[in-house]
Amino acid sequence: MRATRWEATLVLPVSEDRDHIQGPGEAPVTLVEYGDYECPYCGEAYPIVKEIQERMGEQLRFVFRNFPISTAHPHAEFAAEAAEAAAAQGRFWEMHDHLYEHQQRLGVDDLRSYARAIELDLDLFDKEFEEHVHADRVHEDFLSGVRSGVNGTPTFFINGIRHDDPYDFETLLTALNGAIGAGADHGGS
Amino acid sequence: MQATLLPPGTSAPDFALPSTLDGPLGPQDRRGHPLILVFYPADWSPVCTDQLTLYQEIMPEFETHDAALFGISVDGRWSHLAFAKDRNLRFPLLADFEPKGVVARAYGVYRAQDGTSERALFVIDPAGAVSWSYVSPTDVNPGADGILRALEDLAAKGIAR
Repeated sequence: MRATRWEATLVLPVSEDRDHIQGPGEAPVTLVEYGDYECPYCGEAYPIVKEIQERMGEQLRFVFRNFPISTAHPHAEFAAEAAEAAAAQGRFWEMHDHLYEHQQRLGVDDLRSYARAIELDLDLFDKEFEEHVHADRVHEDFLSGVRSGVNGTPTFFINGIRHDDPYDFETLLTALNGAIGAGADHGGS
Repeated sequence: MQATLLPPGTSAPDFALPSTLDGPLGPQDRRGHPLILVFYPADWSPVCTDQLTLYQEIMPEFETHDAALFGISVDGRWSHLAFAKDRNLRFPLLADFEPKGVVARAYGVYRAQDGTSERALFVIDPAGAVSWSYVSPTDVNPGADGILRALEDLAAKGIAR
């Protein structure tokens, strides 16, 4: 029998140019999340990540990539595109947070109202959203996740290695600090 | 004694199992094209659900390799129909129900102690030979990367698209 073992590691390195990033580039540990805005587990992880970021401060770089599973979550794809449209206006994280704080309401009208709430240029948002300008980017994120071994949402990578343990606050914090201790390479870069 | 996982190079046993489509299905129905066989322990259990939902989402990538996917468990056809409808699964689910697990046994992935199959993946080449096989721990969703690599291997060898 052929032994099939592959490392579940991030195949698309974190890029300061491409990715949505919070925290300094020189932080000793990078946490990458592949998430879906309509996924309830991602919704549970959202405040945990916030708390971790608060606790770790400059020690942590956090990256979010799209992994919408439309088969299960009919609004996830458009929500991801809306977040990317916000990113095009330099407001990704405001939209990201807004979406996770309003996960139950992700219809097209809701997305538009969130764009207004965070004061985006609505004409530009509407145009990009209607033309699905950002669909390719969302799909690129999705495929990079598939190839990295993302097997559901949320999937986290710590310094480029898939985190297969639970993502409660203590477990995640311990794993992140452990990665700092191990002095591993930066997030796959 | 537990049979061992059918290794690459062996001929994939043909079978005809009741499916969520109108008629029975087996590997012989897909000869000439790559086929992904996904054995999973049971309909409705959380890990399987994520795994199969993920595969539905990735179907367009599998289809670029001209591959089809069959899910197989020991559940009956009625369970499969309800499960597929509930989870929006559009690939066929096959019922390895009577005699129970006979196809899983033929592929070396039956768990006699549980009365279910392993969580196992096979990629079958257009000629009907196993080109890749993998058993995951039953509580671990194996994702799709291994399948895509196997399909790309076939394409690189000029055996498939």
